[in-house]
Amino acid sequence: MAHDADILIVGGGLNGPCLALALSQAGFSTVVLDALSTENRGADAFDGRSYALALASTRLLAALDLWDDLVAQAQPILEITASDGRAGEGPSPFFLHFDHAEIEEGPMGHMIEDRYLRQALLAAMEADPRITHRPGARATAQDTATGASVTLEDGTTLSGRLLVGADGRQSGTAARAGIKRTGWEYGQTALVCAIAHEKPHNGIAHQFFMPPGPLAILPLPGNRSSIVWSETHAAAAKLTAMDDAGYLDHLRPRFGDFLGEIRLEGRRFSYPLGLSLANRFVAPHLALVGDAAHGVHPIAGQGLNLGFRDVAALAEVLTDARRRGEDFAALDVLERYQSWRRFDTAALAAATDAFNRLFSNDNPVLRGARDLGLGVVNALPGIRRRFIREAAGLAGDLPRLLQGRPL
Amino acid sequence: MNTATQTVDAGEIAKFEAMAAEWWDPHGKFKPLHMLNPTRLDYITAQIAAEFGRDLKDASPFAGLRLLDIGCGGGLLSEPMARLGADVVGADAAERNIPVARVHAEQSGLEIDYRFTTAEALAEAGEQFDVVLNMEVVEHVADPQGYLTACQQLLKPGGLMICSTINRNPKSFAMAIVGAEYVMRWLPKGTHEWQKFITPDELFALIANAGLTPVDRKGFVFNPITWTWSLSDRDLSVNYVTASTKPA
Ligand SMILES: Cc1cc2nc3c(=O)[nH]c(=O)nc-3n(C[C@H](O)[C@H](O)[C@H](O)COP(=O)(O)OP(=O)(O)OC[C@H]3O[C@@H](n4cnc5c(N)ncnc54)[C@H](O)[C@@H]3O)c2cc1C
Repeated sequence: MAHDADILIVGGGLNGPCLALALSQAGFSTVVLDALSTENRGADAFDGRSYALALASTRLLAALDLWDDLVAQAQPILEITASDGRAGEGPSPFFLHFDHAEIEEGPMGHMIEDRYLRQALLAAMEADPRITHRPGARATAQDTATGASVTLEDGTTLSGRLLVGADGRQSGTAARAGIKRTGWEYGQTALVCAIAHEKPHNGIAHQFFMPPGPLAILPLPGNRSSIVWSETHAAAAKLTAMDDAGYLDHLRPRFGDFLGEIRLEGRRFSYPLGLSLANRFVAPHLALVGDAAHGVHPIAGQGLNLGFRDVAALAEVLTDARRRGEDFAALDVLERYQSWRRFDTAALAAATDAFNRLFSNDNPVLRGARDLGLGVVNALPGIRRRFIREAAGLAGDLPRLLQGRPL
Repeated sequence: MNTATQTVDAGEIAKFEAMAAEWWDPHGKFKPLHMLNPTRLDYITAQIAAEFGRDLKDASPFAGLRLLDIGCGGGLLSEPMARLGADVVGADAAERNIPVARVHAEQSGLEIDYRFTTAEALAEAGEQFDVVLNMEVVEHVADPQGYLTACQQLLKPGGLMICSTINRNPKSFAMAIVGAEYVMRWLPKGTHEWQKFITPDELFALIANAGLTPVDRKGFVFNPITWTWSLSDRDLSVNYVTASTKPA
């Protein structure tokens, strides 16, 4: 039986291409399908979206030979502060402060703009002879009974040994395989934009816990920062309808004037916040990665980092299976990936959820408890280091690629 | 090649397919073997690669190696070896396993020469191999010394034998017989006879007597919390595996 590739990947967002590149290093051939055209995914201009990449994620990009070029466009995160605040008031007296000097590995992470990351992934896919990238190809049907096949909108059928769903939170690949999802809405929307500001940010990331939801200010190269600002749906809808000047007038008082004058850079985005976990990450001849497996609340900035962990873990499980001579698409092989990743994901989803519920609240008792909690964490260096290592993605049983080792 | 599958009727083939599905169901009757398999394969592949200077990162690292899998059962080891490029003969003394293994190899698109025969008969016929896999067999044979001598004859000079079995001590009795056969019902009762179990030192002596040079031994250790197996340099108290070579 001649296959189009060893592995068919539906979804050419961020995790799909990353997985294809990792698998290619181990000798697997892949087809990467995406419903959107390349231009619709990788525009040149800065559009305001960016990601906080944990140290472990940058190691994955280094193992894929992408990081040397990307690092020049990335902003290292040197410190993180987290504090409780209310619009118009300064931060509360107790606040958390994490400094990368407390762990040996260097910066806890980097901020990278979406455009650079996407373009690097797209270019690397094009240059790789083991990857066939098919933009503008929407998967509409699939069969994973004995091998893997995908049927496209135009009726073409592609075949392989394994099908991977990297098609985001609304994963059709998971739905077609009968995999149900668990999740809920938060009644909140994240407003995302980038700002240019007068004063330098010194590589410091700030997280303010406001009653309607958290506000994150994350440093970008130059005097620019990325803003992720959570509001109730109703408030967010009003803000979205405003012009840029009105939007900025509402943003300014939320974090005071420590960065001086601010103005918008790029577009404004809004995302309804919710949690969406696939009940299973694998089925015979099928695996899910990234948001298709778990869309978590972006409060902890961990969505993509979790996805990169999936990528590294799945690539390692498949590679090891193949080097042992096992059928890499067999369910018992795929279950090794699932058991490796599921605990991590569920734990982070639960922690992020609890964190958000605790902090998106103006109850004075909770507020007092929060201040106390943050103060306690701050006072204990051991716990602090744990938090930092967790934020840097260095906790847990790390796949080889996240340790900076080859497959 | 597939004379056996061609001469049996359709009803028989359906039965073999059902039995093959049973052998290969990771959560079925042979679950303990499936759980142990990745660890066994890690050991086997690493030893073969080291002995014959092969790189497991290559697409077909075992190309050109002739390998015998004694007690092949449904083909849980024969298939991975064939996938890695070895020229595989799978032998089983239980006749019913042969058509089952053949049916599954065909479903997997692999060519494997499965035979209803014994190590002794193959040795008598003058067959020779680069690698002999002798996994979980020696504790079942009537004359271990005679059997291991046949294995030695089956090896080409410079060839490699991997042999795994179960140690004989109170712990292995508790784990393999009470645990696996009676409590967990992983294996049919009576699968093992404890007095036939062999200690690592006894096995090394039998192997040396057969004219092979023992080169390595490791334990297969089960972790009841994570339900996974791993290799151990020190703990050979229950399941263990050895590698030995035939002088060139
Ligand atoms: C407000 C916000 C802020 C965030 N901030 C961070 C952060 O700071 N750090 C971080 O690590 N993460 C962050 N995340 C999370 C991160 O954006 C996601 O985890 C990541 O983009 C998921 O990538 P993915 O490749 O799994 O899925 P997606 O990016 O959703 O890609 C899925 C792709 O599949 C394609 N597709 C869908 N259906 C089909 C089909 N039928 N056929 C073919 N193609 C199909 C789509 O076109 C799309 O390109 C944030 C998320 C939000 C909402």
